[in-house]
Amino acid sequence: MNKVIVTLVGKDHTGIIASVCNYFAENDINILDIKQTTVQEYINMMMIVDMEKCTKQFSEIVNGLEKVGEGVGCVIRAQHEEIFDMMHRI
Amino acid sequence: MVELNEVFETSTMIRDENLDVRTITMGINLLDCCDSDPDTLCENIYGKVTESAKDLVKVGDEIGLDFGIPVINKRVAVTPISLVGASACRTSDDFVRIAETMESAAQKIGVNFIGGYSALVQKGMTAADQLLIRSIPRALAGTERVCGSVSLASTKTGIDMDAVKLMGTVIKETAEATKENGSIGCAKLVVFCNPADDNPFMAGAFHGVTETDRVINVGVSGPGVVKRAISKVKGENFEVLCETIKKTAFKVTRVGQLVAKEASERLNVPFGIVDLSLAPTPAVGDSIADIIQEMGVEYVGAPGTTAAVAILNDQVKKGGVMASSYVGGLSGAFIPVSEDRSMAYAAEIGALTIEKLEAMTCVCSVGLDMVPVPGDTSAETISGIIADEMAIGMINQKTTAVRIIPVCGKKAGETVEFGGLLGSSPIMPVSRYGCKDFIDRGGRIPAPIHSFKN
Repeated sequence: MNKVIVTLVGKDHTGIIASVCNYFAENDINILDIKQTTVQEYINMMMIVDMEKCTKQFSEIVNGLEKVGEGVGCVIRAQHEEIFDMMHRI
Repeated sequence: MVELNEVFETSTMIRDENLDVRTITMGINLLDCCDSDPDTLCENIYGKVTESAKDLVKVGDEIGLDFGIPVINKRVAVTPISLVGASACRTSDDFVRIAETMESAAQKIGVNFIGGYSALVQKGMTAADQLLIRSIPRALAGTERVCGSVSLASTKTGIDMDAVKLMGTVIKETAEATKENGSIGCAKLVVFCNPADDNPFMAGAFHGVTETDRVINVGVSGPGVVKRAISKVKGENFEVLCETIKKTAFKVTRVGQLVAKEASERLNVPFGIVDLSLAPTPAVGDSIADIIQEMGVEYVGAPGTTAAVAILNDQVKKGGVMASSYVGGLSGAFIPVSEDRSMAYAAEIGALTIEKLEAMTCVCSVGLDMVPVPGDTSAETISGIIADEMAIGMINQKTTAVRIIPVCGKKAGETVEFGGLLGSSPIMPVSRYGCKDFIDRGGRIPAPIHSFKN
């Protein structure tokens, strides 16, 4: 498994998660978990995805998500899971 | 499984609080490059550096992308050149050629600094050491990426006052040789007491002779993260303050550990240490002075500052030590004046003086760092300032350093702009009273009594 954590921050409106999910489907990226909170009109969303079957380079996916983010007015970032595990787990 | 709040805490640190990995520094042993012919020596050095570190920049950038954390600098540190060049160099010009070779190698592999144009003379100078030291002004003026350092003292050996005197002159000459650019040559030159063999930070990085052939050392940073954490415990007592810094330092250092391990694996070079130092930059929100001020001191330099720095330094170590399998380098808080916007401002309004900075160096990881002083400051006064700092390091068994810049043509109160990460700063006034007779004595200051532990 090649776990990547995707974070999304931006003003909430319909279709944000749909756009991100479509992008993952197109690239053979499996969603393992989704969590989100909405504070006032802003959405904070996190997805844990598996990129095992994805054939693209990680840098392409990072750029691709950035473009999806621009399309829906949000900032989307992808980072390998280890950085979160290292920081928050002993 | 990580939680949403944890993920966003990490993201906020990186996005809004300037958390980054300040440097991945590859240490490279050059002792096997030694040759009695300067041409062959330079060829060997160029070959070894460019081959050993050919993938350093690429791998550093890949790691940054994979983990979404900026890896700001990729650098190289080499064996002190006074040792490497000893059998080949007959003149200072021969040493300057090595500096030029280091510059070409650094350019080729794309690193922004290469450290190790250094001499270790804490007990005495060899002929080669003297030639290298005297070549420093030309070497640093003729190159952009080469950094030099000279170790003048240690707790075990005392202080080499002949070398301290010489360095006063060399720093003045380096300032003169780079006067067109704010005497910036001095920003690439540091003198040490008790230097660290595995320090990844410039200008003082070199690859110690006790190190393995190649090694990866990583320096983390994150003053903004610490400041933000402290701002959340405003008014709480010192126990809460200290715990907050400690926990934050742990998280910051874990990122360094991750990056160091990854870099080590991907480059197939042993992992050396993580340096826990909090290193500021001139960017807004990336300041050590802001942390001190967030603790409750009006401006850095005001009464309470030394205690605040001591707290910060100690808690950063306590949090960081558990986060990494090997901790080393300088590991503490840096207090470079020009590289820290709020530090420079405190100097500008008169809150921060050189004397207070000296007190702060007793409890932080380095010393007088990036301190611009008037261009007409005498070589003896600079040597006196160095001697004071060396004494603090020697007696307290800690690293101290001096990176002082007598800015040609500038007077106290004027401003010097170095640009980029080196920042800008007002010229700080120095004492108008001299120490010429003290410096002129020459010889060595003996090692202190508590160094005799055998």
